[in-house]
Amino acid sequence: MDFQLDNNLPIWPQLLERMTERILTRRYPPGSKLPSVRELALEAGVNPNTMQRALSQLEANGLVVTNRTAGRVVTEDEAVLDATRCRLAQERIAQYFSGMAKIGYAEDDAAALIAERKEQKNGSESD
Amino acid sequence: MEANLIEIHGLRKQFGSLAALDGVDLTVGRGKIVGLLGPNGSGKTTLIKILNGLLCPTAGSVLVDGHAPGLYTKAAVSYLPDKPYFAPWMRVRDAIELFQDFYKDFDRVKADDMCRMMELDESRQIKTLSKGTQEKMQLMLVMSRHAQLYLLDEPIAGVDPAARDAILDTILTNYCENSTVVISTHLISDIEKVLDEAVFLKKGRIVLHDSVEAIREREGKSVDAYFREVFRVAPVNGGNETCSEN
Repeated sequence: MDFQLDNNLPIWPQLLERMTERILTRRYPPGSKLPSVRELALEAGVNPNTMQRALSQLEANGLVVTNRTAGRVVTEDEAVLDATRCRLAQERIAQYFSGMAKIGYAEDDAAALIAERKEQKNGSESD
Repeated sequence: MEANLIEIHGLRKQFGSLAALDGVDLTVGRGKIVGLLGPNGSGKTTLIKILNGLLCPTAGSVLVDGHAPGLYTKAAVSYLPDKPYFAPWMRVRDAIELFQDFYKDFDRVKADDMCRMMELDESRQIKTLSKGTQEKMQLMLVMSRHAQLYLLDEPIAGVDPAARDAILDTILTNYCENSTVVISTHLISDIEKVLDEAVFLKKGRIVLHDSVEAIREREGKSVDAYFREVFRVAPVNGGNETCSEN
């Protein structure tokens, strides 16, 4: 079970994030049908109503569309997927900088570290 | 079909001079999994036994699907007691047949499926099963009914963590949208992810009834951590600063 939930935080936003990740990494490819609420709830070990709430939000975010015959289907609108990916990327970048600030890094230094790491990696690959 | 499955007003239960339930008001809807949480002796089992008609209230009113506990509610309620009650000679299959004879809503196919999933051998004598396996068997029987209300008194107390997961899976897979499951326990961290609502019972009174997500949002901590805070017991040598902090 790779949902890995933290009981100290509300569960449904965590489910929303995990499901969004699965869609963005194409574990659920565009146009594919999502498993049922019940199956997903069971996989995550959570109450079906909690999973339902996460899926409703997923739908409100435009990542899934409810199709009258096929149930919940992952959107095929690449623009929506790209926009979501960008938004989450910005959030995670902000998290990185605030985490670095807590151990005394200015934003420029923190950014420089990433560039450095990337160079090192490229260097070791070419060896 | 009433909108509220459980309606309790001003419920009191007196055992001699002891008030086990001291003015309980509680309304529970359908399609919910509700945790009845409280320390030992807070009235959890008494409340469950009143809901299923095993005990009579001293005062107040109790309605299950609009009916006072009695013939109608016994057909609508599936009850898992906190103690095993099967005769020692019985095999698992005998218990299944007893339930099948007794309850119209018993689903034999479901029972057999669950036995397979739990690796329960129907030819085994119940008394030769381990405590945890006996609990799993009782849960299998109770969840094989198509009831409106499942009252589970301490369903996970005696079983190992892996079996706990199996029991919770069984509950999640087998309750349907119109039915409600009430689970009494003090092992909160194991079950809180499957709950919709939590009811905190303290000395026969309800001190909190809220959705578990609302508790997490408001308190910024798990229901388990919040429970420990609400029911914090002062250590015996209270006042000694170094010992009272954990």
